[in-house]
Amino acid sequence: MTDEKRETSHSRRAFLRGAAATGAGALVAGQASAGAEPDKLITEIQPWAQELGDGVDAVPYGLPIKYEADVIRRNVPWLTADTISSVNFTPIHALDGTITPQGCAFERHHSGAIDLKKEDYRLMINGLVDTPMVFTYADLERFPRENQIYFCECAANTGMEWAGAQLNGAQFTHGMIHNMEYSGVSLRSLLNEAGLDAAGDLEDKWVFVEGADASSNGRSIPMEKALDDVMVAFKANGEALRKEHGYPARLVVPGWEGNMWVKWIRRIEVTDQPVESREETSKYTDTLEDGTSRKWTWAMDAKSVVTTPSPQAPIQHGPGPLVITGLAWSGRGSITRVDVSKDGGKTWETARLAKPGTPMALTRFYLDTVWNGEEMLLQSRAMDDTGYVQPTKSQLREVRGLNSIYHNNGIQTWHVGSKGEVENVEVS
Amino acid sequence: MLKFLKGIFLTSLLLSGATTGFAEKLGLGRAALPEEIAAWDWDISPDGTGLPVGAGDAIEGEELFAEQCAVCHGDFAEGMGRWPKLAGGFDTLDDDDPVKTVGSYWPHLSTAIDYVKRSMPFGNAGSLSNDEVYAIVAYILYSNDLIDDDFVLSNETMFEVDLPNADGFIFDDRQETEYAVWSGGEPCMRDCKDDVKITMRARVVDVTPEDASSKASEASQVSVAPSKPEETGEQEEAPVVLASFDADLAAKGSKVFKKCQSCHQVGEGAKNRTGPTLNGIVGAPAGAIEKFNYSKALKKAAEGGLIWGEEELAGFLEKPKSYIKGTKMSFSGLKSEEDIAAVIEYLKTFEK
Repeated sequence: MTDEKRETSHSRRAFLRGAAATGAGALVAGQASAGAEPDKLITEIQPWAQELGDGVDAVPYGLPIKYEADVIRRNVPWLTADTISSVNFTPIHALDGTITPQGCAFERHHSGAIDLKKEDYRLMINGLVDTPMVFTYADLERFPRENQIYFCECAANTGMEWAGAQLNGAQFTHGMIHNMEYSGVSLRSLLNEAGLDAAGDLEDKWVFVEGADASSNGRSIPMEKALDDVMVAFKANGEALRKEHGYPARLVVPGWEGNMWVKWIRRIEVTDQPVESREETSKYTDTLEDGTSRKWTWAMDAKSVVTTPSPQAPIQHGPGPLVITGLAWSGRGSITRVDVSKDGGKTWETARLAKPGTPMALTRFYLDTVWNGEEMLLQSRAMDDTGYVQPTKSQLREVRGLNSIYHNNGIQTWHVGSKGEVENVEVS
Repeated sequence: MLKFLKGIFLTSLLLSGATTGFAEKLGLGRAALPEEIAAWDWDISPDGTGLPVGAGDAIEGEELFAEQCAVCHGDFAEGMGRWPKLAGGFDTLDDDDPVKTVGSYWPHLSTAIDYVKRSMPFGNAGSLSNDEVYAIVAYILYSNDLIDDDFVLSNETMFEVDLPNADGFIFDDRQETEYAVWSGGEPCMRDCKDDVKITMRARVVDVTPEDASSKASEASQVSVAPSKPEETGEQEEAPVVLASFDADLAAKGSKVFKKCQSCHQVGEGAKNRTGPTLNGIVGAPAGAIEKFNYSKALKKAAEGGLIWGEEELAGFLEKPKSYIKGTKMSFSGLKSEEDIAAVIEYLKTFEK
């Protein structure tokens, strides 16, 4: 391509950008009037339809196209002292389906995301086992493998909303969640390799799990859960875990709070008591109104949120057909039903699940509706196969008070204005 | 405990079948050596399992705390900025904003010993000796008025200390208090409320990051190249003469710098954190790192023409708070002259 030509197509693109912007506004009107101007995007040959695109290998590992550059993780700087011990949020308002791409799946680190090579990776199993063991990464790949889709939700997801509506965006209110397909091995098979006869009766035993990072983020997990469905995963959505999600191996603790999903998992100790580490006493405990606190609140209860429309994803197309969509999940089973209200909970209609709910994984719901420009107070309400119905925020506060922080699974309300703008609100 | 676990799970079949339900061993991995287990197995439980042998008191701890911890947690464990407060907050747990500290909230002292030993100091985890761990925890207890300054905390005396909130925790009771209430019925679909009013708006609180909208992101996308800081004549003229350089000393300095790195970054991609980046700091004018919010005191010193020559840096590093009164740098200072010289030598290796 000559320089001259590049310049021409460049300026043409600039022109078209302008045209496209006005074109979008004209689209709605255009549908009604038959005598509208023909769309130049159709009647004129466009550069992309005439010139050649990129060859293969232009990008050996692809990132989203530049037009999607706003679909990124974001953090809330005032929340924490330093990004090294902090959290950011999945842009759930801009995603669809249920699988979260790793590149925009929320991160939570306690001492930063570390750089750990597969070759340097060691996993130790010790404590009340027959033979304390060390496994390399290569060893892990030789155990029978399984694939499972699970959500991972930080216990603090929606925590900033306990005392009232604070953050204007589904990304910030509900974005400490991701949902991936994990490939890895069962913790059961690793414990078996070390042998559990020495542990005796397993019913009152625990495993203490810790990571290779400086925080080590130690957590205690009851043996029953450890032998049930906990995995040591090394792939997510088909590819290696990202550094920020625990490369080369992390723990997957289905349905339970994200803090237990120890990244860079390096040690699993069979114990006869919980360690009561900092992360399971001073943090991730739920303080009730009278000042006592619940501990061991591991399971994440059924919850849902409308992802669009939402404050970062307002209605921009004007009145007419509208797709209301969102996510629902339960750490205690499968989502069976999601209801949506447009009037702040006075009346509800049952949404369509894109696919039947699966245990401890995100479920996508849609409500295909018509919007006539009326104000709405949008809510969603999830139910799971235990019969649990997602509570309102007031129901939660009645039981727990205002200081709980963690495990806020109350019903979220978005106010949609007549122009399609959306705000995070609370309603009576 | 057993009853509790049974409450959570629908069945305990899994466990009863566990010992018999395992597959054959695959013969993968190798036995862990005792030295390896000792190197990693540091966790400490409430009953004292895993407690390392050692001892320390609050007087020793005060000094260590000032050096190793105060930069984030404050000289009196009161917490700097949004870093955790470790002291105070008694009788606030049923307040609107409970202050949860080691003193007011933590149920077990083993947890503090375990955490300080395994995960602290931030950026230099696992570097403390057992005696230092006990001394620092003793200082935290002392800051909470839970022990006297002559109390020696050790693996033997740990159980003499009572934490006020030891009985402040209950097991997950959602089964009874929540699931029983919110499960099982067909939820209301029509006429569920008489009236709905908006009671609170996020916009009123206004704490959402500004970049949250896609519009904001588009705007930031326009300037893909990071804007270069305005080059000032002063910076160009700053003396960058490295008269002497001692590589061995710099190598020692890299170890000393561990005390600094939880707040200061150096090298490629260094960013401002609690403290400014230090690339090219030796010989640079004070207070000149872009976008870092310096204390008034440091800004004033910068206006007065302070240049971070070796001598000035040495003075500052020895006693930051007396060299620049009002500096935000909550670091007590480096005691050894050699450490000071070494860390300055190390900093010379990072060019702007």
